[in-house]
Amino acid sequence: MTATAMSPKVRLGAADELPRTLSRQRSRPDTAFRLLLVCCASVVVLLIFAIIVFLANKGWPVLRTSGLNFFSSSVWQPATGRFGVLGDLLGSVTVALIALLVAFPVSLATALAINEYVPGPARRVLITLVDLLAAVPSLVFGLWGVIVFDSWLIGPSAWLSKHAAFFPLFQPGQGELGRSLFVCGLVVGVMVTPIITSVSREVMSQTPRDLCEGALALGGTKWGMVTDVILPFARNGIIGAALLGLGRALGETMAVTLILSITNVPMSHILYAGGGTIPALIVDWYDQVGPGRGLDALTLAGLSLFVVTLAVNVVARIITSRSARPA
Amino acid sequence: MSIVTSPAPSEQPHDVPRRLSGLSATDIAEVLLPAVAAACLVGVVFVLAGFGPGAWLGFVICWLGVFVLNYGVMTARRHGPLVAKDRLARVWVITGSAVAVGALAWILIYVLVNGWFAAFGHNFPSFWAHDFSKGGVLDVKARVGALHAIVGTLEQVGLATFATTPLAILAAVYLNEMPGRLAVPLRIVVDAMSGMPSVIAGLFIFIIWVVPRKLNGFSGLAAAMAIAIIMMPTVIRTSEEVLRLVPGTLREAALALGSPERRMVIRVVLPTARSGLVTAVILGVARATGETAPVLLTAGGNPRLNLSPFRGPQADLPLQVYSWFGTAGPTSLHETWGGALVLILVVLTLFVLARLLGTGRAAGALTR
Repeated sequence: MTATAMSPKVRLGAADELPRTLSRQRSRPDTAFRLLLVCCASVVVLLIFAIIVFLANKGWPVLRTSGLNFFSSSVWQPATGRFGVLGDLLGSVTVALIALLVAFPVSLATALAINEYVPGPARRVLITLVDLLAAVPSLVFGLWGVIVFDSWLIGPSAWLSKHAAFFPLFQPGQGELGRSLFVCGLVVGVMVTPIITSVSREVMSQTPRDLCEGALALGGTKWGMVTDVILPFARNGIIGAALLGLGRALGETMAVTLILSITNVPMSHILYAGGGTIPALIVDWYDQVGPGRGLDALTLAGLSLFVVTLAVNVVARIITSRSARPA
Repeated sequence: MSIVTSPAPSEQPHDVPRRLSGLSATDIAEVLLPAVAAACLVGVVFVLAGFGPGAWLGFVICWLGVFVLNYGVMTARRHGPLVAKDRLARVWVITGSAVAVGALAWILIYVLVNGWFAAFGHNFPSFWAHDFSKGGVLDVKARVGALHAIVGTLEQVGLATFATTPLAILAAVYLNEMPGRLAVPLRIVVDAMSGMPSVIAGLFIFIIWVVPRKLNGFSGLAAAMAIAIIMMPTVIRTSEEVLRLVPGTLREAALALGSPERRMVIRVVLPTARSGLVTAVILGVARATGETAPVLLTAGGNPRLNLSPFRGPQADLPLQVYSWFGTAGPTSLHETWGGALVLILVVLTLFVLARLLGTGRAAGALTR
């Protein structure tokens, strides 16, 4: 009986009978393929390290000669070799904070609308529109900001500087209203809205649905569900999203360059023309620094901006990825 | 002995079932009345204060404030604080998303209306068929247009895509399919790059490529390199997300059938994720096309049509729009908006294409 059962196999030949040898070792072509992937990965990693090392190397001499003056003075005179970017650093921070102040409530509202408030088909339209907003080039935002938005804000700015002067930032300054850090902040705020919206939406949608339903079933209002279930669950992710938006706002270049009338000095009268940001400084000066250390100083300014955005982004990613795990 | 004494049926309040959804006439009235009241109040104040129609932005903001106050107080008195909070939250959510959508619509419509004249209206064929070497004001007879800039953008973005796509997709495959010791640093680096201000990429290429080459430095190639740096993180991250959606069972099936790892990746994983990968690349292209800062520092700009990206300064659409704006007289804003319209059309077309491809077949659905 066993012989008959065995016979078809015997006819196939003994070689096929042997079990295939399984080994944990990769075959040559597989190793080559893996090597290719590792090469690609390391090219990308090396590229960013090359950028950082290169910028640091180029900016170092300026940092050594000017020392901390580079960050604490706002005199930018390439001809005399005096460099200070305090005004631009403060300007960058001002613009980014105004942007965040505007974008955060708008983005959170949009994210909540998409996730909780808007019904089915309209929801997809809203998602597409937010993504479209992300796709509009920053140059177009800048043009729109300087040609349209700026002139419309002059009225409200005048009113604010007249009647809201008790708020230190709105105190009347010198020069003209408009083309100011305030306008830049508002436009950049519109620009960072999509990224804050999409990241916080993503995190909020991971709230376990049964918790939300539970809150509603207990008789809570929708807003009660949002504040007591969704927001606590997604808190980290929302903070991370805001930080990502902050990083984006700090590095925004073209819109600010177009809108702001750049003076590179610290500007506390944010409704009035003047001020500066680091990206705008780079675009403004890259081709007219002349001989000497000017380009190195620009590099150092760019590097310091890069380091700040890098830190903000990495912190944001860490916070966001922590919240992604269900509580 | 019973503790609970049930009231007589006649004493029970008439039990009306609670309405769970939908709007009643009262609900609508409760929104409309405060809205109209606020509009009247703010309108009267604005007229008395002597603000003209130019103050509409202020009007809308003040109206919203007064409306929220009215609505909140009224709802709180009629329905209690819980309902009032819920409704005010709804007002906030609607206002917020209206601001986001409104800004988008406002920008798109403004660019369309103002750019139509140059791109499709008065200058229609010549805007697309001539370069700007004759300069001056846009005119049909003057034969000036944006062809040089469109060609430049296509070539630079094309070169960048050509260089970035394989590198980025293979890096994504590395991250997702066979991660090794480099995976953690690679992730961090991709994060760092995606948050990098785009002007830094331009500055980097400007210093290492353009400055040492003196006059020959500005070129389409330099711009392509800067664009590639901007594109890379977008493509890597999106591709990785797409690859993650490929079901593990497909991989295991391929391995169980005896295929080696490389063939599993090339024959199973990549084809399954094909449409998603195309989407990833298109999203990268769309993002890179609109970037101005990196090309501003690298392409150089050129009013003449320069077909070669390797020799001499080349124009670029965002760059040309920027320089048009810089030299804009009262009439030549037409060119600026025309260029901006073309730019937006290119980006949005790419974007819609990415959407269509991305939703055509869900990644992970079987190929056949």
